[in-house]
Amino acid sequence: MTFKRRFTAAVAAAVAALAFAAVPGHAATLRWAAQNDILTLDPHSQNHATTHSLLAHAYETLVRYNKQFQIEPALATSWQAVTPTQWRFNLRKGVKFHDGSPFTADDVVFSYGRIIQPQGTNQIYVSGVKEVKKIDDYTVDVILTGPQPVLLRNFTLFFIMSKTWAVKTKSENIQDYKVREETFASRNANGTGSYIIKTWEPDKRIVMAANQNWWDKHEGNATEVIYTPIKSDATRVAALLSGDVDLVTDLPTQDVTRLRGDPKLKVLDGAENRTIFIGLDQFSPELKYSDVKGKNPFKDIRVRKALNIAVDRDTIKRVTMRGLSIPAAIIVAPSVHGYTEALDKVAPPDVEGAKKLLAEAGYPNGFEFGLDCPNNRYVNDEEICQALVGMWARAGLKVKLNAQPMASYIAKIQNFDHSAYMLGWGVATFDALFSTQSLARTKTTGADGSFNLGRISDPKLDAMIDASKTEMDAKKRDVLLQDALVSIRDNYYYVPLHHQLRPWAMKKNVSTVHRSNDAPESRYARID
Amino acid sequence: MPVSAAAGRMHRIWNHDLAWSFRRSPVAMIAALLTLVCVGGALFAPWLAPHNPFDSGSLSLSDGFTPPAWTQAGRATYLFGTDDQGRDLLSAIMYGARISLGVGVAAVLFSMVLGVGLGLVSGYAGGRLDAFIMRVADIQLSFPAILIALLIDGVARAALPREAHDEIAVYVLILAIGVSGWVQYARTVRGSTLVERNKEYVQAARVIGRSSAAIMLRHVLPNVMGPVLVIATIHIATAIITEATLSFLGVGVPPTRPSLGTLIRVGNDFLLSGEWWITVFPGAALVVLVLSVNLLGDWLRDALNPKLR
Repeated sequence: MTFKRRFTAAVAAAVAALAFAAVPGHAATLRWAAQNDILTLDPHSQNHATTHSLLAHAYETLVRYNKQFQIEPALATSWQAVTPTQWRFNLRKGVKFHDGSPFTADDVVFSYGRIIQPQGTNQIYVSGVKEVKKIDDYTVDVILTGPQPVLLRNFTLFFIMSKTWAVKTKSENIQDYKVREETFASRNANGTGSYIIKTWEPDKRIVMAANQNWWDKHEGNATEVIYTPIKSDATRVAALLSGDVDLVTDLPTQDVTRLRGDPKLKVLDGAENRTIFIGLDQFSPELKYSDVKGKNPFKDIRVRKALNIAVDRDTIKRVTMRGLSIPAAIIVAPSVHGYTEALDKVAPPDVEGAKKLLAEAGYPNGFEFGLDCPNNRYVNDEEICQALVGMWARAGLKVKLNAQPMASYIAKIQNFDHSAYMLGWGVATFDALFSTQSLARTKTTGADGSFNLGRISDPKLDAMIDASKTEMDAKKRDVLLQDALVSIRDNYYYVPLHHQLRPWAMKKNVSTVHRSNDAPESRYARID
Repeated sequence: MPVSAAAGRMHRIWNHDLAWSFRRSPVAMIAALLTLVCVGGALFAPWLAPHNPFDSGSLSLSDGFTPPAWTQAGRATYLFGTDDQGRDLLSAIMYGARISLGVGVAAVLFSMVLGVGLGLVSGYAGGRLDAFIMRVADIQLSFPAILIALLIDGVARAALPREAHDEIAVYVLILAIGVSGWVQYARTVRGSTLVERNKEYVQAARVIGRSSAAIMLRHVLPNVMGPVLVIATIHIATAIITEATLSFLGVGVPPTRPSLGTLIRVGNDFLLSGEWWITVFPGAALVVLVLSVNLLGDWLRDALNPKLR
């Protein structure tokens, strides 16, 4: 940026600041920090929680969650099922994209055609949709392949992009992220949302300004939002303590107690709908990274049960998580539809029982296997894995830990190059199907079993999961969801560890609404 | 008589210049004592340490974050407290010092062999070879040692697969620190060699037909080693610090076999949350170790310096 341009920008910023200051008590900047940066500005490219949460400020969807995570109208004002496989959405009139172009049915049809492009990773949010048909400028019909009980919840991450803008900027296609392709849409955003993304300097900051022409009302008063990704835990907390940022939405567990005691700060407690668990290779004929040759011990339910009961979840909660977790017996968190407390009863650890089970299965002296872990993704991920190595060692198992950054870790486990691995699963749709389908349904090339990396394959379980995809009777469907969760639990297909709690810390003068889907919304933020 | 012969030897050592100087220097005596404690604790860690921090089966997570024994919540079994996984810190420090010292000494030996070799050749051969070696040394001196070590470590990390890297991380570290420190030796040895090569005993050796290699190793080398030993002693302290720095930056030894630097890095995450002992004790151990070795080196330099006698 030349000096002249920088000067002009500074003057513009000063003028803007003065303009906002003219309305007393109504203008404020929210400086928000978290660990990770977004991957792209293209809303259809990467299925990544941080990216979605930032882009949801600029891009909107047909329906959205309210504060209680119930569906409410957004770009669609109403909808009804004409037939079980044909849903009609009436679109909001008078909505404009940030570049001034009007929002119409063409944009919905275009966005559907765009999100299903194979180079993107967000197809799951339109799964079961066969076609989106324009009826008139403000009406679309969504044609389904079969009944879709979670259609609306899926649609909360189906972002709508302006067709005219995409055509004008030659961004009709999603960037090919794998080969690091950049397009205009991966570097610029143009939605209908509550905030306009002004600049994105990767790994440095994102600057957003409130959209004054937004169709809805901002509940808070943040007219400007500056998001700063700060990788280091200590630096992020120091930035909050020194007043450089107003809000931090992912706190290192060891610092929460101290932040609670700081008179300048307040801590907003809340759960995250993410469950952390260990997956086991139940497919390979011979277990990798193991001294057991010619067979795979994880195919034996007794071995899987031994791994499960040897884990002391309460101690992990108390020492490693410092109280910021809920020990888990099933793979979905309390806020997820399908969860009940009765299903999630954690049995006390039983090392002797684990030893006995291993002996029965033919491993009286235990055996060796590898545990793959990320070290920068979940709260205290590497520390938890280290603790597991110790707990399993007491049952006689020799575990080799391989902790590495998420990028190399995820590539390794997606190639099935593992014997056991740690994964955390957040549920964007707040419905257990999202977990059972991705994690336990027999793997296909599509959304089914997309993260079933242990390659569990259980026809009975598959039948339950498939039935819950299309069952429209809410009661019957709840039973199907719970049966599937119980089957996963009682077959010990996974080793669930805990559901994450996710407190946020902010200055005393800031207030906002906690979001358990790890997607803070600045429109709720008030700075007094 | 063997007894009196041994006694005579002892007597000679006792009255030697160095020993005399040592007896007169309380600083040197304290430094030597501390070095002995550190080195002894490190060398005999498997027998002396109260726990084995690497036996994951013996760890108890529920003992995690126990403060030092003398504080209110402390427990007598963990003198310096425990870390986040329930490892005894005293034991971890002893095992860690073992790796720190091992890497430090090995890197210094490597530097010394490389530097002394090149210095001898450079000084004895002279001419273009001398000019070349010394220019390389000049170029290397314009970089900080830590940068060169980082460079070597980074290249090794990129070139080797991850699994292999953990296995040989320690050797890469020794190589990296060793290569970054040879210049001092080479310069010192070259200077002394330039003086020695024209002395009569060297000329005599040449006249009776001894090969250049034999002259360098058998005749010149013993006469230039004095200053080298002083540099080496001080270099050990620097090498330990370099290793700790690299490990603190996360590019040194892997956390599965932590050195003092790795322990400090891990503990650093808990410094602000009140568990100060996890980083402070490894840090204090590093300070004591490096300071005592450094003081010994200083004393040795002064004791061997004829101008100060």
